[in-house]
This record gives sequence, C-alpha cells and structure tokens, in this order.
Amino acid sequence: MTLLRINGLGLEIHGTPILRDVSLEVARGGITGVIGESGSGKSLTAYSVMQLLPEGSAPRGEVLLDGRDIALLDEAALCRMRGNDVSMIFQEPMTALNPVRTIGDQVAETILIHAPRTSRRAARRRAAETLERVGLPGDQFPLSRYPHEMSGGQRQRVVIAMAIALRPKLLIADEPTTALDVTTQAQILDLLKGLVAEDGMGLMMITHDLAVVSDMADDIVIMKSGEVVEQGPARQIFGAMTHPYSRALMEASGHVPERAGAAADAPLLEVRDVIRDYPMARRHVLGPSRMFRAVDRVSFNLAKGESLGLVGESGCGKSTLTRAILGLDPIQGGEIRLGGEVVTAGHSVSREQRRKMQVVFQDPYGSFNPRHRVGRLVCEPFHLFDRQPRSDERDTALANALESVGLKADDANKYIHEFSGGQRQRIAIARALIIRPELIILDEAVSALDVSIRAQILDLLADLGDRFGLSYLFISHDLSVVRSITDRVMVMKSGRIVEAGETAQVFDTPAHAYTRSLIAAAPRLPDHAAAT
Amino acid sequence: MLRYTLRRLVSLIIALAVASVVIFVAVEIVPGDPAAYMLGINARPDTVAALQAELGLDLPVHERYLAWVGGLVQGDFGTSYTYRTPIADIIGERLWVSLPLALYALILSTLIAFPAGILAATRRGSVADMLVMGITQLGVAIPNFWFAMLMVLVFAINLRWFSAGGFAGWEHGIAPGLKSLTLPAIALALPQASILARVMRSALLDTLSEDFIRTARAKGLTRRQTLWRHALRNALIPVLTIIGLQFSFLLAGAIIIENVFFLPGLGRLVFQAISQRDLIVVESVVMLLVFAVIIVNFAVDLAYAAVDPRLRRS
Amino acid sequence: MRRLIPSRNLVVGAVLTAGFAGLALISFVWTPYGVTGVDIANRLKPPGGGYVLGTDQFGRDILSMVMVGARTSIAVALIAVGIGILLGVPLGLAAAARRGGVLDEVIMRANDLIFAFPSLVIAILITAIFGPSAVNAIIAIGIFNIPVFARLVRGGAIALWQRDYVLSARVAGKGAARISAEHILPNLANLLIVQGTIQFSLGILAEAGLSYVGLGAQPPVPSWGRMLAESQTLISIAPHIALFPGLAIVLTVLGLNLLGDGLRDILDPRIRKTRR
Repeated sequence: MTLLRINGLGLEIHGTPILRDVSLEVARGGITGVIGESGSGKSLTAYSVMQLLPEGSAPRGEVLLDGRDIALLDEAALCRMRGNDVSMIFQEPMTALNPVRTIGDQVAETILIHAPRTSRRAARRRAAETLERVGLPGDQFPLSRYPHEMSGGQRQRVVIAMAIALRPKLLIADEPTTALDVTTQAQILDLLKGLVAEDGMGLMMITHDLAVVSDMADDIVIMKSGEVVEQGPARQIFGAMTHPYSRALMEASGHVPERAGAAADAPLLEVRDVIRDYPMARRHVLGPSRMFRAVDRVSFNLAKGESLGLVGESGCGKSTLTRAILGLDPIQGGEIRLGGEVVTAGHSVSREQRRKMQVVFQDPYGSFNPRHRVGRLVCEPFHLFDRQPRSDERDTALANALESVGLKADDANKYIHEFSGGQRQRIAIARALIIRPELIILDEAVSALDVSIRAQILDLLADLGDRFGLSYLFISHDLSVVRSITDRVMVMKSGRIVEAGETAQVFDTPAHAYTRSLIAAAPRLPDHAAAT
Repeated sequence: MLRYTLRRLVSLIIALAVASVVIFVAVEIVPGDPAAYMLGINARPDTVAALQAELGLDLPVHERYLAWVGGLVQGDFGTSYTYRTPIADIIGERLWVSLPLALYALILSTLIAFPAGILAATRRGSVADMLVMGITQLGVAIPNFWFAMLMVLVFAINLRWFSAGGFAGWEHGIAPGLKSLTLPAIALALPQASILARVMRSALLDTLSEDFIRTARAKGLTRRQTLWRHALRNALIPVLTIIGLQFSFLLAGAIIIENVFFLPGLGRLVFQAISQRDLIVVESVVMLLVFAVIIVNFAVDLAYAAVDPRLRRS
Repeated sequence: MRRLIPSRNLVVGAVLTAGFAGLALISFVWTPYGVTGVDIANRLKPPGGGYVLGTDQFGRDILSMVMVGARTSIAVALIAVGIGILLGVPLGLAAAARRGGVLDEVIMRANDLIFAFPSLVIAILITAIFGPSAVNAIIAIGIFNIPVFARLVRGGAIALWQRDYVLSARVAGKGAARISAEHILPNLANLLIVQGTIQFSLGILAEAGLSYVGLGAQPPVPSWGRMLAESQTLISIAPHIALFPGLAIVLTVLGLNLLGDGLRDILDPRIRKTRR
C-alpha cells in the first residue's frame, strides 16, 4: 500500500532548475533507498516532502502523503504534519541538536508541540521511554544530559528519538550514517530497521552509498543531476541494472584498480615503538598536567614499492601517526626511520628527508591556498631543494606532473576555484609527485569524493605507483577502498596496531576480534549484484 | 560551574593586580617627581618637600605601591591635594551620578536594541528590517555628545521639557534625579543601542541558519517557536560579549556626556583634576573605572556559563 | 561566478569618504577664508551670503574650519589605525604560529589588559602625565587598536593554520614566518581591510570625543570636536555653528561604515558563497 507518492516533482531555486520530473513511492512499512552522488538532488527531494526548502524555491508537481497533497497545505497544517506524520533525521549529528538545551527537553519538545495539553511530566516520561527505545537508557543517559556530553552516534540516536517520539507514518533519513564510523553506522542502521519493523513506518533512506541500503531497502531509486534514472524493487535493481549511469555507479562502488605491485624487500619506512602523547586540559588550575596517549608503541615496516593500508575509526590515532611520520609533530618515544635515517621530529626534519616523502590530504577544498595559481601551488615542494630549479626546468617538471595526473600543462595558470573536487585531488597528487618522492602518504585522500570520481583517482594512484615505483601509506576509515589498493594492511584501535598482514588474508580471515567487528559492520553490496 | 567561577575569579584578581601596577607606574613613576609635577614650575622648594612628605614619596617605590593598594582594598584612596578631603568621599559622591547614568543608559540601550534586532532578523528584507538597519546605520555614526547637544537644543531650549543641564540630586526622591539623567542617558544609549541591535540581528540570522534550527522545524515548530525556543538563547552568546564591551564604552561615554549636561559626576571630577594637576585623584578615578570594567567582564563571563552549558564543564 | 556589481552601500560610502578626504586635501592649498584670524565684524553670521556655512563667534568661516578640521580627524584616525595594524598584525600572527605557547599567552593577556582600559581612560592617563595634544590622542586611540587587530588576526590565523594547505607547506619544509607571510596573511587581507575601515570610523569618533573634552588637538589647530565644544554655549542663539561640524563627523563616519559594509559584501567569501 502506498504511503508516499511523489508525482512529477520539479524544483527551481532562484530560477536554476534543480529537480526535473521526479516520481517515486514509499510503501507503508517499506524502505525506499534514494541513491545519488552529490548534486543529484536526492536531499532536496527529501526536503520537498517536509516542505522545508531553501528561500527562493519554486516546486511543482504533487507530493501525496496518504493521498493528500502536501504541496497544497498551509504553513499551520504543515507544522502539524512535521514531526507528527512525517519526521526527518539528518547527516550531521554533531550540529543537529541545540547545544544549549538538554536532550530530555529536546525530545519532550516534539511531544509538547503536537499535544500542548500534555503535562511536562508526562512528556518527559515519554521522552525517557523513547530515548530508551533508541538505545539510550535513562540510567546511563539521564534527560539532563547536554548534546556536547555525547558522542556522534549517541547524538544521532537522540535525533532519531525526537523523530520517532510520536510514531510518525513516514521517516526520512538524509545520509544518517555518513558522518559516523563504520561500527556506529551498522548500529544506527540496525536501529532504524528495527524501528521501521516495530512501528510499521515507511522509511525514505537517502544515501550516496549503494552498499548502505543494499541489504535493507525494499525499493531503490537512483538519481542523477535532478532526475530519476532508474528505480524498482531492490532485488531486481541489484540483479540487473539497465541504465548506464546506475551500472557505472555500481561498478565504481566495488572498483578494484589494476596494479602490478612490485614490492622490494628493502624497507623504506621503519617505525619502531612510536609513542605520541598529547597534553590534556588540567583538572584544576594548579593540578598536574595530564597526558593522552594517541599513539601507543606502534611498529611497522613499509617496503620500497609497497602499498600499505592503515585502517581505523575516527580518534584511533591514525592521523596523529601520520603527522609524526611527516615530522610535523614530535614523538615522545620510539624511532621513525626513512631510507635508513632517523626522522627527527618537529621543525628540524632535514630537507633531504622531506624530499623523500609527500602527502595528499582528504579535503580537496582546504588543501590549496586560494590566492595562488596552480603552478605555484604544485611547485611548492621545490622549496625543499637547496638549489631552486631554473624556470625552464621548473616548467618542464610542472607540465610533466600535471600531465601525469591527467591534467593539461596550461592548467598551471588557473586558480584552484576553477577545478572540481576530483580535479583538485589530482592537483594535490601532482604537488606530491613533482619532486619524485619515494613515499606518498595518502591521508583519507579519496574519502571526500563521490564514488565514480573515487574510482578514477584510485586508478590514477595505481597507475602512478607502477610507473614511478612509489610506495604508498594509505590511511582510510573505508575498508573497501583500502582493500582495493593495498598489498598489506594494518588495523589500528585506541593508538595501537591490533592486526597487520596481507590485505586479502586480513579481510578474509581476520584474527583480531576488532577487525572482525569492523569487517562485519562494513556495508557490502549483495553478492548476486552484477554490474553487467 | 564552581571550578569555572573560581578560574574566572583568579584571572579577575590577576587583571586587577596588573592594572594597578600599570596605573601606579604611569602616574607615580613616569612623571618623575609627582609632587613637583603637581605644584608646577613656580613652586617653592619647601612646599614641594611638604607635599613629598604628605604623599610619602620618600619611601621606596614598592612600599609606596603596597601602601596605595592596601589603602584601595580598605576604601582609602588617599587625600586630594586640591580639595583637601579624602578622595574616597569625593568619588563616592560623584559615583552616585556616573554609575546610575551608565546603568540607565545600558538598560535603555538593551530595551531598544533587543526588540529592534529581533524584529529586523525575523522580518529580514522587509520594510521594518530596512528601517531598523537604516536608523542604526545612522545611530552608529552619530557622536553621542553631539546628539546630546541637539537634544538639549530641541527638548530643553525649544520645548522646555527638560532642564539643559545640572543634576537635581537624589535627596528629593528618585524621580527628579532620574529626570535630569534622562536626556544624558538617551544620548549615551542611542549609539550603543544601534550597535547592539545590529549585533542582535546578525547573531540571530547566523543562528537561524544552523542545523539545529532545521531540526526544530522538522519537529513541527513554527518559525516563531524556533526563534523563541532555540535561536534566541544561542544568539545571546555574541550579544553578551557586546553588552560587556559596551559597559566600558558607556562609562567612558558618561565622562564625556557629563560635560554636555554639567553633571557633577566622575567625568567632571577627572577633567578638573587634570587641569589642576591633581594626579592622585586622576589615579584613583582611572583605577575605579578599570575596576568597574573588569568586574563587568567577570559578570559577563558568568552569564556566558549560564547561557552555554558547554562552558560550565571546562 | 558572481559579477562584481558594486553595491549601493559601497558607492555611497566611497563617495562620502572620498568627498571628505578630498576636502581635507584641498584645504592644504585653498580654503574660502583663513582659519586663524579674528573678524569680530562678521561674527555669528548665518549660512548663506558670503559664508556658505556661516561664521563662528570669532567671525571665522565655518566651511574653512570644517575643511581643515577634516585634516586633523582623518590624520589622527588613519595613523591610529596604522599603529594598530603595524603592531597588532605581527603580534596576532606570532601568537597564532606559537599557539598555546608562552608568547601567545603573554600577548593575549596583554590584550585583555588593554581592553580593560577604554581608549578614553588611556587618553586621560596620557594627558594627565604628558599634557593634551593631537599626538597623545593618536597614541591613545592607536594603543586601543592594537588588541583589536591582534585578536582578529590571531583568530583568523589559528583557523588557517589547521588548513591542509598549511600542512602541505610544512611538509614542503617551510618555517612559521614564511608560512605566515605566504599563506596566512594574504588570506586575512580581506578581513583586515574591512576591520581597518571600521576602526578608521571609530577613530574619527574617538578623536572628536577627545578634542571635545579638550584632550585632543589643541588651538589653533582646528578640529571638529573642539568646534563643537566651543559652540556649546552659543547653541541657542546660533545653532548652525554646532550643526555643521557635527554633520561632518556623522557623514564621514557613515561613509566609512557604508564603505566597510560594501567591501565586506564583495570580499567576505562566506557571504559571497551564499549569494552565488
């Protein structure tokens, strides 16, 4: 039975067309996955159902909830509908809650707004029950907690509690797990599935990740550039995709780049018992200073030409370790050797050593000084040479670097804002490549990219690795990416490496319990899914 | 909360200590011999020596500083050279004009600014918004003492609703005193209210674009409910900062405005003291003003913690 | 990309600011009348006739006084902003580069201390010791500008130091000073321009206030604040002598504020993003 039917929905914002003729359905008690990359219009489709669109929006078409057209309702009726019949949860749990009010207040508010005659006491009791339902029992999470006292996953549970407090008919989830770690993501997905089954809610699940919805959605809608390109029952869609874009998306999600991967025996990077402590805020003004051990006696080797993965959830210490290897932060114990020589931390790393390693960061938007041209940005590592190259040498190196990452030599004269996210990441790789280092550290280098772009960048990295004999230290929270591009992998938790080994072996027969839980939690495309 | 208050209290005491050293050095060390400075170049050597003894200038510097601070703590500011009376008495009398004036202006400015800022933010782009933005743009640009002169011209000289200057005192009840402070308070409040209204508006607009506002709307709150229940308290955080800063501007502004209205406050006192080279009075008034500013900033810090639970646990 | 249409704020602000700056510059070579002589026969003339804005109690031409007064106001405010930028910006950059260190702590505590002395109180202290003068007014306003710029730059620089491009520069072996100059300061330029205009307008107001109470420029140098102080007792018989210097202050400050708002609209990337 149909709960929500969107019929020919179109949307313009300030005259720019955003959505064109979007039609989809959510069944009562059913889960519809809406999948698309950034700019596909999937989130604005969701906001159209809530009628919470940005200023200057001009929607067209029908949005029928239980056969009633939402687009025709006035604001007062919409307010009665929101939170009561239709609720929504959001991508960013860290900012979705009011920081100055308790979680109890915020959950009780949903109840009080729609039934003003409820006593405060009754509302709070109901809030406590709802929080308990979403896995926040009152003895551990009293109503008087503030959002800043909780983790991201816990906050997302509070947001879910606010949304389901009145048992709405339809729940819209806009990338609800994108900002969360993989184990937390699995828990939240389980919670949502359970709530849908218990309450008989319809769930419209919006995501960029096919795998996230693959084992929970009844129906799949694939969107691109404001249009629906393919939809149907999940089983059928994953069995045989017809639209070329869906197939490309499917292929990209499970993409494995081709690599020759010739690792030598000689170690390039040796990390021995490295310890990194952070000072923490003191308890008293005059109290003892406390230390937080972010990296706890980590040891490993990276051979020349090898691609080594480092996986772990946020806060496990992987980024801290990266900064220590790069010589950006001092270490409190142990030793890091690059090409046999000790990397002395802080500002005293020799230029010679710095020339052997470069880095690519996650954020394609924050990685470049917006005031410099691409040529200057890419040439920055030349600073590491005692003799600055002549301008013709420089230009040749620049052109080679840009061309080897698939850009044109004359892109050097452009500013960074003229490039897309994927192109920027290519420029970041060119910058790392220009002085021909032996080791490139990739710190979540493809995590911010859409899957199709990510597949291209992974191919590029594999190709460059083979051509220039580069070694990679590939740091990521994303298991599937690490699996596709590394020879060996290490799993990090709470500052320690808990497991290390050949990539295939670690993924197929994980030895450590934590590794097993990570792999179990990672969403997977169904085995019968075929891209052809 | 207690730990937070204690920490703020410690930095308050440090700030007061450093400020007192700075003021002491500026007034009693930099001019060389304060006694000679105060008496001018034509003073007879024996009068200078007498004043030196009176000021205790024969003592070592650190003892003089400690004696001065010790006196301040007990409310003893020393004796004015020109008035020949304890400075604490003079200041106490003058404070009953300056402090009510600054508070009156602060209350007026808040009462004007909050509704205006909220109105402008909620009806963004409307006629009301443009009106508020236009008037405040002008209000920010008007020097308060000139605005005071214009008000004297209109309300005192032409309309005769208020007297053009002077202070009725508090002996005959609150009303006459307040009345003589009304024009000065309005003159002080207008520019501050303009700034505060603009800050209120932009803080509210910033808050209204936050994610949690969208969450509240998705729960079914109307725009109005989101504003009162969620946006306002968050927007108060930057607004409090400005109110704290404003108090010090109001105190300084009060000093100038007192001159327009011939009010017997700290401002008149300090300018008379400067022209009579009565350094000790200048020193005391400056210390008092700095003390007031530091205390107000302490109060603002406590208000932050009341508004924002994230601060309480630090 | 958004086209760069100058907003109405920007145009009005630029015209007003340029107008008063122009008046000040012209006054160096020409004013309608002299501003030092006394001409009792022509005292307190109303606007119009031979005197566009009338004359004061000594028969001096008010237009000429306003023109020369503009010189004082603009010079004092401009130099005070210069002091704030020249000292505050390097301090803010240094504090951000060594964030959490002793230097940072010292700079920030010193800033807090200056904030506890409103500029007028600083002026009172300085005048009590060195006597009133335009130079002392500049110092008093300038000192107060230092923490304003230091805080602004420190806050902006700390955010920029977290950017990946700064980390890349560190990986490229660049030191703190070089990174501050190449990557931090240029990206704070917009912020500084906008804050600079705001502090400039506050400086004009502060200078007027100080000379009004006699702590600023001394006779015979004309200044708007002192013109107002001298007009005060005559306001009931000759309101025009209080009107025009006041209007000059309001229009200059208004012009600078509008210019600052207009520049912010163009330069602030945050606002530009939402408009695009």
